[in-house]
Amino acid sequence: MRHLPIAVAAAVLMLGGAASAQETVKIGYIDPLSGGGASVGEGGLKTFQYLADELNAKGGVLGHKVEIVPLDNKTNPQESLVQAQKAVDAGIRYITQGNGSSVGAALEDFVTKNNSRNPGKELLYFNYAAVDPSLTNEKCSYWHFRWDASSDIKMEALTNYMKDQPSIKKVYLINQDYSFGQSVRSDARKMLAAKRPDVQIVGDELHPLLKITDFSPYIAKIKASGADSVVTGNWGQDIALLLKAAADAGLKVNWYTYYAGGAGGPTAIKQTGLDHQVYQITEGIPNSGNKAAMDFEKDFRAKVNLSLWYPRAVNEMRMFKAAAEKANSIDPVKVAAALEGMKFDVLDGGEGFMRADDHQFFQPIYISSFGTLADKAKEPFDEENTGWGWHLVSKIDTANAMVPTTCKMKRP
Amino acid sequence: MSNAASPAPAVTKEEPGGALSFYGVWLIAAAALVVLPLIFSSGGSLTSFSLIGIAIIFALSYNILLGQTGLLSFGHAVQYGLGGFLAVHMMNAVASHNWPIPLPAIPLIGGIGGLAFALLVGWVMTKRAGTVFAMISLGIGELVASSSLILRSVFGGESGITTDRTALMPLFGWTFGPQLQVYYLIAFWVLISAIAMYALTRTPLGRICNAVRDNPERVEFIGYDPHVVRYLAYGFAGFFAGIAGGLTAINFEIANSAYLGATQSGFVLFAAFIGGTAYFFGPILGAILVTYLQLGLTNVTSVSLLYFGIIFIGIVMFAPGGIAGLLMKHRPLIRAGSLGMVIPSYLVAAIPTLAFALGAILTIETVARYSGGEGEGSTINLLGIPFVATAPATWAAAAFLLVGGYLVARLTWLRVAEAWDRAATVARDRGYLA
Amino acid sequence: MAELIVISTLNGVLFGMLLFLLSSGLTVIFSMMGVLNFAHASFYMLGAFFGYQLTRWIGFWPALVLAPLLVGAVGMAVERYGLRNTHKHGHVAELLLTFGLAYAIEEIVSMVWGKSPMDYRIPAALDFPAFTVFSTNYPAYKIFMLVVSVTIFVALLIALKRTRVGLIVQAALTHPSMVGHLGHNVGRVFMLVFGVGSALAGLAGVIAGPSLVTQSDMAGLLGPILFVVIVFGGLGSLPGAFIASLLIGLIQTFAVALNGSLASLFGPLDPGLGPSPLTDIWNVTVAQIAPILPYLLLVLVLIFRPMGLLGTRES
Repeated sequence: MRHLPIAVAAAVLMLGGAASAQETVKIGYIDPLSGGGASVGEGGLKTFQYLADELNAKGGVLGHKVEIVPLDNKTNPQESLVQAQKAVDAGIRYITQGNGSSVGAALEDFVTKNNSRNPGKELLYFNYAAVDPSLTNEKCSYWHFRWDASSDIKMEALTNYMKDQPSIKKVYLINQDYSFGQSVRSDARKMLAAKRPDVQIVGDELHPLLKITDFSPYIAKIKASGADSVVTGNWGQDIALLLKAAADAGLKVNWYTYYAGGAGGPTAIKQTGLDHQVYQITEGIPNSGNKAAMDFEKDFRAKVNLSLWYPRAVNEMRMFKAAAEKANSIDPVKVAAALEGMKFDVLDGGEGFMRADDHQFFQPIYISSFGTLADKAKEPFDEENTGWGWHLVSKIDTANAMVPTTCKMKRP
Repeated sequence: MSNAASPAPAVTKEEPGGALSFYGVWLIAAAALVVLPLIFSSGGSLTSFSLIGIAIIFALSYNILLGQTGLLSFGHAVQYGLGGFLAVHMMNAVASHNWPIPLPAIPLIGGIGGLAFALLVGWVMTKRAGTVFAMISLGIGELVASSSLILRSVFGGESGITTDRTALMPLFGWTFGPQLQVYYLIAFWVLISAIAMYALTRTPLGRICNAVRDNPERVEFIGYDPHVVRYLAYGFAGFFAGIAGGLTAINFEIANSAYLGATQSGFVLFAAFIGGTAYFFGPILGAILVTYLQLGLTNVTSVSLLYFGIIFIGIVMFAPGGIAGLLMKHRPLIRAGSLGMVIPSYLVAAIPTLAFALGAILTIETVARYSGGEGEGSTINLLGIPFVATAPATWAAAAFLLVGGYLVARLTWLRVAEAWDRAATVARDRGYLA
Repeated sequence: MAELIVISTLNGVLFGMLLFLLSSGLTVIFSMMGVLNFAHASFYMLGAFFGYQLTRWIGFWPALVLAPLLVGAVGMAVERYGLRNTHKHGHVAELLLTFGLAYAIEEIVSMVWGKSPMDYRIPAALDFPAFTVFSTNYPAYKIFMLVVSVTIFVALLIALKRTRVGLIVQAALTHPSMVGHLGHNVGRVFMLVFGVGSALAGLAGVIAGPSLVTQSDMAGLLGPILFVVIVFGGLGSLPGAFIASLLIGLIQTFAVALNGSLASLFGPLDPGLGPSPLTDIWNVTVAQIAPILPYLLLVLVLIFRPMGLLGTRES
């Protein structure tokens, strides 16, 4: 309308003002800040901003200030490419993204093409949560580094735990209908068949991604199947609503999840009354018992008012700094070379390393259950003011949380 | 339904010397397309120009339906997306079989894809115009977008299908790796498509489309079947939408299900309508503006889509002719030389209107920061003046601008209307305004 | 299996009644005013958010009454200051106005309340299992939702059949212009109908909010299905909208409950064929295509019975 000219002027200034990043190291944060996945994306943004502040308080990276540039991709691969191109055009040399493996695949492809076509303007892609195994297998790229454990690593660890639980007899799989959900489903089928051939898979469900508002029909189906355990890779509202519907119907099963701890999940679990019956598999937990990590968690909660949902983001940012210092440069090509094969002490303790073959970070994996906390002194952190928190059930060391790769890395 | 494209007829009367100025316009457009990247050579502007070019073809193709034939479609992205998918599959096939097809021919394949689907579903869809057509188009759009997630082998699921545009055979040494070469490819197709679509409006078919829009019954009386006419228009619109989709596929080297979805369909509707559907150049203006806002606005504010919505509502309510309609309203006045009579009243009205707009922006931003507080801090930078969202002084300023601006603007716009009447009377007396 | 059928029927009827609360208003507005209200689902969303906010301030029960009234007032304002002024530009402009409104409302809601799901709880008085079928609890709140929707449905029926305004509305459904000729204040009736329609949508939002998700994208998820309902039932037919709502509610719920695919029916395809559209279609389960079934129905209805189930006119 009539305020258009101002907006246009502002836009012109903004596009024109894309200067090179001499002073600060800019990291483009490409994740949903609107639409269905926004609640997840905003939490990630706050985490990275906190981490950037932490680095800057200690003198930044080689004296350069670190800045997180939020770029909204609406969980849409094409929009992500527009944002990535915008980042490149603005002189940004590092991008980080996590939500949605479909976005991850598009960005990995973009980064590879961009770097081969525009030598001297290389872009590094730090993946902190897109866990589709294909990103470090058939689609692997030299310019992509993943700090999260891919879904097959997590399933490897999870099934290693489940194989020692004789009470598990009937398993129901429910997952989001897209590449990540499908890989969780097929890994679970494959690994359970190998490790526990006696376990019966009584249901295998794929539902539309982030579109279901009422899971009660699915819950009715799980109930009818007679399952005693449910394995799900659902995240965001899909896990919270799933557990909420389970609570309404009074479904009592053991839940083996990837992301039950996401926003809304803990509240829903508390409502179901499933005390220590919801399990989660992560690369770190708040009540890990590691003092440095727990101090970090305390400060993070005080400042950001969220639980630390991405310990891997801490590893990513700190390792970025270490790699830049090792390379003595903030040039992406040199940082990438320094990151390859690099060993690093992770937040929750223990050593991890960035495997050079596929640029997958391997680290200790934790299985935890959600419920009442017996000893508040040892396990001080609850979630979403429920009084319940994550309790360590099993820790799998780096050496036992490794999977082979089919990656044929093309090095520049 | 039929008076969608009021208030002025789509085709203005021929003037003497029209042919010269007609070709002149296209030559200037061609020259501008060539020169643009030489003036604005930064990576950001090349990306923007490429996206704008695609949006122009897409919006023009949409206007074949809305502006020229009076068909309001909520699913135009279907043809666009399918064109994109076909283009990506074609590029992969060409690359793997080493067929001698250069990249610049690929958009044509996309166009054929769009055309084929339009012809397939169009016959049933175009049986009726109006609201029924709008709803069917919405339904088909949702159906195709959702089905694309099921037919994974064709559409690649959520990840979509990727391709490499440089894998095709180079043309005159151009590999189309750099964005500049892609820009010129897009510019070439923009020019060709725009000329073709303009020519279409001048053919008997184009004219009969206008007639179907305005009065389908009379068209039947003179021996044409409005259904067939709508079907043909739907086919042409699908063809050019497919070209736009093919170009998008080349630009991003990926096609995914979001291409087909409601967001894209809404985008093209916004672009065409904001620009103005009654004139051929309206959707071009709209495409430029909407794309530019989409790229630029998301960086300045977290609520860019709200501004879109407000702009759109404002246009629908106060200027249904769009920007082009507003501009063209002044044409008779310029010819009659009475434009000077309205300019002063515009200038007077501009100040309170601007104040009102600033007040609105300040209010929206204040609310956005106050309630959301989404990481961008609570300071609003408007025209270089920092406003603190939590300060009562900011609220007072916003309220003052909003209310005061509105009250004064109302008075000044009454004066504009009076001045306009006087100027129009003069124009009418001199025979430039009917 | 019997358990699944009972629970799915209950869930399906419930979802269907919710759809009817929305589609009844939409179809009456459309028949009388010729406006396909794109923003109708947005009023549903507004209802949920107003309900959430008022519940926090003054409790659920006052909110149940106040929030729909507020939404109705918003609807009336939209009719009086928006649609009435746009009417002169034709139906396309009116349709586009509501389209823009739907856009703007979603953005305003996500601006004010954020984009995360709201913690809109079921009131404590209703937070218990109403009964247990085959060891599955059926929440009392869902029964409450069912009771409210059925009550509204009956009230609406009585209002339409027994009151004067109802008669005018009924007349306007079939002969819109004639009603105007008879000297009724069509403008005021329009505003009233629009207000009541929006209030009903708002009410649906208030009661659905705690049970389903209260989030800024809830309008976008439900909106297209509403259009399917009213086209499927027949434009301008209230009984048609009722039947279509229930049918679509049941179809969507039961489709999710089914496991069948062509592969399970006819056996798997020869694996040697490799991936193709045929294998995709062969292996997809009914549950996976549940979200697209309404649109498939819409297309089929438009091809074979363009006036819809119980409709009498074509547009």
